[in-house]
Amino acid sequence: MSLTRAAEAGAATTVAPAVDRRAAKRRAAWRRRGFVLALMSPWIVGFSIFFGYPLVYSAYLSFTHYDLISAPHWIGLANYRYLFGTDQQVWPAVKNTLWIIAIGVPLQVLFAFGIAMMVSRARRGVGVFRTVFYLPALAPPVAATLGFVYLLNPATGPVNTALKHLGIDGPLWFQSPGWAKPSLVLLGIWGVGNVMIIFLAAILDVPQHLYESAELDGAGAFQRLRWVTLPIISPVILFSVVIGVIQGLQYFTQAYVAADIASGQASQAGDQTVNNLGYPEGSTLFYPVLLYQHGFRYFNMGYASALSVLLLAVSFAVTLVIIVNSRRWVHYAGAA
Amino acid sequence: MKRWAMVITAALLLTGVGASFRLAGGGTVNAAGAKKATEITVWVGWSARELKVFKQIVSEYDRKHPEVTVKVVGGINDDKITAGIRSGKVPDVVSSFTSANVGTYCGSGGWIDLGSLLSKDHINVDMFPATTRYYTQFKGKRCALPFLADVYGLYYNKALFKKAGIKSPPKTMSELTKDAKKLTQRKGSTIKIAGYQPFFGFYAGNAPDMTTYAPLYGAKWTDGQGHSALSKDPQWAKFLRWQKSLTDWYGYGNLVRFKAGAADEFSASHAFEVGKIAMMMDGEWRVAFIHAEHPSLDYGTAPMPVDDAHPELYGSGYVNGTIIGIPKGVKHKDQAWALVKYLTMNSHPLAQFSNGIRNVPTTRASLTSHEIKPDAHFKTFLKIFANAHSATSPITAVGNAYGSLVQSFAVKWQAGHVKNLEAGLKNLDKQIDAQLKQAGPGVP
Repeated sequence: MSLTRAAEAGAATTVAPAVDRRAAKRRAAWRRRGFVLALMSPWIVGFSIFFGYPLVYSAYLSFTHYDLISAPHWIGLANYRYLFGTDQQVWPAVKNTLWIIAIGVPLQVLFAFGIAMMVSRARRGVGVFRTVFYLPALAPPVAATLGFVYLLNPATGPVNTALKHLGIDGPLWFQSPGWAKPSLVLLGIWGVGNVMIIFLAAILDVPQHLYESAELDGAGAFQRLRWVTLPIISPVILFSVVIGVIQGLQYFTQAYVAADIASGQASQAGDQTVNNLGYPEGSTLFYPVLLYQHGFRYFNMGYASALSVLLLAVSFAVTLVIIVNSRRWVHYAGAA
Repeated sequence: MKRWAMVITAALLLTGVGASFRLAGGGTVNAAGAKKATEITVWVGWSARELKVFKQIVSEYDRKHPEVTVKVVGGINDDKITAGIRSGKVPDVVSSFTSANVGTYCGSGGWIDLGSLLSKDHINVDMFPATTRYYTQFKGKRCALPFLADVYGLYYNKALFKKAGIKSPPKTMSELTKDAKKLTQRKGSTIKIAGYQPFFGFYAGNAPDMTTYAPLYGAKWTDGQGHSALSKDPQWAKFLRWQKSLTDWYGYGNLVRFKAGAADEFSASHAFEVGKIAMMMDGEWRVAFIHAEHPSLDYGTAPMPVDDAHPELYGSGYVNGTIIGIPKGVKHKDQAWALVKYLTMNSHPLAQFSNGIRNVPTTRASLTSHEIKPDAHFKTFLKIFANAHSATSPITAVGNAYGSLVQSFAVKWQAGHVKNLEAGLKNLDKQIDAQLKQAGPGVP
């Protein structure tokens, strides 16, 4: 009996400190978590209010009929059925958006990279070149678009006037469904300064000794570009592509302004009768423009929310695909 | 006791509380018994010069009604109106240029039903012509009243007509085509003067959603069941074929270049005002623009030519206009209603405002008011407005959403990208019906 008690007492003396230690560890862990949470709380609050809540509410509205004035009215999947089955404006808008991503984004990345390479090689006037190529990025999108619509006016614009002097009958630019998107791409390329600066920083950051080693191994200029520069700056390329694609999926301001001005039917203040979105012939009706049209022109916010939920899903999926795929071609310094 | 009375009196005087006591019907009285004016707010879309004219009209009301002070806020659009209604921060009186949105305002209850107020005051809305009555209600619920209208007609350059040997404005579409060809001047493929620019999207008269042309062909938007009737009513195809044939005569690319080179619609270099177009369809407001910008322009106005097969339609035209109402959550409903009545039903402010911005007054009585400044050019539009065949756009629960589908089809047609017109119109009907069905409750 006494032996048993002694054994129990011995076990208790060994178990008790262990339990205390575990409890203390748990308390410390909770304190750490609490501290981290406290530090993160401003972001969590901001994220919940400005991102989480609108996201959840949009998802809810996508199942309702909501005219922005009266209370939302639950209609189940009707908006999605209309989106996928009936609305004949969706597919052209999707095609326009895919076009701007497939053509516009690679061209912008290539152009930004090319300019950055040239500027990085310049021996004189580097500051001037950097400024000149970066400046357009500072122009507000609305002002820049207005300027391009003026420059590319097929009748009175300086570009076609100059082409005419060369005996070339210039295109109709923003007035032609075939040329409106390429004109917007030109506008995008012109304002590529932000990406160019990032590329320039990355190129200047490539260790010089790698070029020297490659040169000693007999690598020419193209091989140095292919095997040294591109792998080192590949994270920046990935960044530019992801940002470009997301911007392409959200392409709105330039398309809205160009269509409104080029159509020549810019409405007076307060008059929303005129509908120029997508001009000409729906060629600039990008997905976000269609979404805006339904939500804010036609007070059909339930359907616009369904469109936005689809846009979010597609943006997420595309970004995911690019990032997963990037493992094959993006090299991070220090990675195994 | 005496001291307390003095303290209370002093406190009342010092804080100004004693200056006024709220009255049951709004407004306040001061200690002396004089009534202090209730401030009511009006939101309007007008800006700049037109807003100034509107403020003059309202200031006269202010003078006549010391019990209210009206605060006018200009430059309001439908986004601001809906945002105001949603937030509960609404004015007492609200107006919109977009009559097509009346379906949303009435259907949602965002603008209150004026039916009970009208019956209480024994007002018969027949004082407004049928077209304006239509675009100020939705499914029988009248939540708005018309407050000046826009009416479309023909403007023609008399000097160019004389030069081409044309004696009078055309009355049918075939006459319009013949005159347009005669008046057109080209240099190579470049159009120097367009007899008539039929291009969809060229200035307001060529609305790409075809609304401005519908009354000229008597084309019907819906059938008896409320379904889209663009393929069922042959007048639409007839009109589209006329428009395409004239477009092709000029050359699509040539018209695009002409359009791109023409000055902004609301600038002093407007193509008609500077003699680059011999004839055009436009709203009555152009009379004021020409008077201000090119007073020496030798021009005339007339109703637009109509379908050859329907000469009885001559004299009619497209009509739409500003709508005015009282938003949900209004603070001073009685005062708001009194102002709405004054602005929309009294010939004096209607005539004054019409004179100021040269829009068409919207009651039958005001059309013949002796206060309307005589102007031969403007008189044409008063007659078109009163014409029984004049028509407006259909009112739906989703505003002008159907217009974007119509426009999308029409611009493809004029560019030659529609192979089969009838099949295209059938598909268009299908899309419009589906769109209205999707719009949910309140669909016509």
